[in-house]
Amino acid sequence: MQFGIFTVGDVTTDPTTGRTPTEHERIKATVAIAQKAEDIGLDVFATGEHHNPPFIASNPTATLAYIGAKTENLILSTATTLITTTDPVLIAEDYAKIQHLTDGRVDLMMGRGNTGPVYPWFGKDIRQGINLAIENYALLRRLWSEDVVNWEGRFRTPLQGYTSTPRPLDGVAPFVWHGSIRSPEIAEQAAYYGDGFFHNHIFWPAGHTQQMVDLYRRRFEHYGHGAYDEAFVGLGGQFFMRKNSQDAVDEFRPYFDNAPVYGHGPSLEDFTEATPLTVGSPQQVLERTLGFRDYVGHYQRQLFLVDHAGLPLKTVLEQLDLLGEILPDLRKGMAEGRPANVPDAPTHASLVAAAGGAKDSTVYAEADSATGHRAEDDVQDEDYLEATV
Amino acid sequence: MTRLVVISAGLSNPSSTTLLAERLTAATVEALEDVEVTHVELRDLAHQLTDQLLTGFPGPGLAAAQEAVREADGLIVVTPVFSASYSGLFKTFFDVLETGTLDGTPVLVAATAGTARHSLVLEHALRPLFAYLHAVVVPTGVFAATDDFAGTDLQTRVDRAAGELAALMGKVSRVDTAVTKRRTVDDELAAVTPFEELLRQASEGR
Repeated sequence: MQFGIFTVGDVTTDPTTGRTPTEHERIKATVAIAQKAEDIGLDVFATGEHHNPPFIASNPTATLAYIGAKTENLILSTATTLITTTDPVLIAEDYAKIQHLTDGRVDLMMGRGNTGPVYPWFGKDIRQGINLAIENYALLRRLWSEDVVNWEGRFRTPLQGYTSTPRPLDGVAPFVWHGSIRSPEIAEQAAYYGDGFFHNHIFWPAGHTQQMVDLYRRRFEHYGHGAYDEAFVGLGGQFFMRKNSQDAVDEFRPYFDNAPVYGHGPSLEDFTEATPLTVGSPQQVLERTLGFRDYVGHYQRQLFLVDHAGLPLKTVLEQLDLLGEILPDLRKGMAEGRPANVPDAPTHASLVAAAGGAKDSTVYAEADSATGHRAEDDVQDEDYLEATV
Repeated sequence: MTRLVVISAGLSNPSSTTLLAERLTAATVEALEDVEVTHVELRDLAHQLTDQLLTGFPGPGLAAAQEAVREADGLIVVTPVFSASYSGLFKTFFDVLETGTLDGTPVLVAATAGTARHSLVLEHALRPLFAYLHAVVVPTGVFAATDDFAGTDLQTRVDRAAGELAALMGKVSRVDTAVTKRRTVDDELAAVTPFEELLRQASEGR
């Protein structure tokens, strides 16, 4: 069972002080939070991807590579990678490169988590959201699994004799999760490929999460990837802890009441009852989290959202210290009653083992089959130089 | 068993909007045999409606009302007239209802106002709204100004509209219309579209 944190990288005014961090502060804070996650023994750090204010989450690959260089053990992931508006050719290159740089400490979560205006910035149409997610991901898989790809589809230019570089580390592509709050099609997609399914588990009631996970597990079994309880399930979650539960409620309430997504709506009390948000003592957070299994079954990955709604870095780091204190009990509790056939979340090591060992998959360039030239030859060709002068 | 859901957006108590809703309900129940009636007072759900606008999911009371509407064989909807149209509270209930919920459902539209000058609100506001939602709107809508509650003419219109609704609820069985209903998230969760079909749709541009 993996535990970790995920961030959406929002730059939000602290409602208690009226102060808004700069982009620079928020970017540096994200790195500090990731390093803290490693210090307290968490397994995963995942960043979102957004391309508009008030977020600093564009270019997640630079963020992950930088954090990868500053950490030893943390698995780097995304929450989510915009499979709809990002060219799968770039995703294939970027994450294979991070695999090599971090010795395999990377996986991805695909998502459509995008607002309408973002699509046209990348030349896409939001009405095709599901179709983009399906076609782009199908191509991405081929780019990682096949050395030479000939491909034609609806949403990007065709590829002829294309090799994505670098090839995946040890010949094994990063594991992929698919995140969705409310699209059964995405649960179906995850099940079809035998990939992981991650439910946001923050904005909607537990009963809805249960339905989505149940669908994914049923279809995972249907497609022959394993039994119902052997599918790979991840959940989000959010908490705010203080030693004394009333202190947690008092301190968090202004952040909740003004939060970008649900602020100015339901009361903190209504929302904590309706959704998995827990505001209280570490013991309360521990018990509520262990209760998630009651409706999704034994699962593989638990990520918490801790840096949001304008909470200052100091408070976020304190929350992580408190999480670190209950982490051994969380691990112990999750291990209790866990059937032997329930797998752990796939890692690079487990995927390499399952593939029968590591193999180097470097593709060495050959001369172009039509011209007999290599790309480097062209620039040294005198006719070519004359023609371009 | 026929299921009738009555939605009233009255704000005061007593409310002429709820009063009109009750008269329409009584006349419809009389015209139908074996009918189960669910009353939904939107005033009681006002907070949860605003919450759903912001959070995207319904609170428990609102979820129950939405489920009743989903299961209904027919609806009676009654709103006070505010600024020449249905009230914002009334509209919000239908704004947050999942797309396709009312496909093929017979709906009797009704409104109340202080003066008969608002009577065409049924035709220029309510009827287009429910046409957009793919409901089957009963030919006779019932508008009641304050004066109307003093006369006997209102009851004639109530009875005529109720009779029309009852006839539609008898004739338009949900089984018959099921094939034309748009698929909801609940439909997908119950019987998901197979991935090969999703792949085909993606490549064919549906």
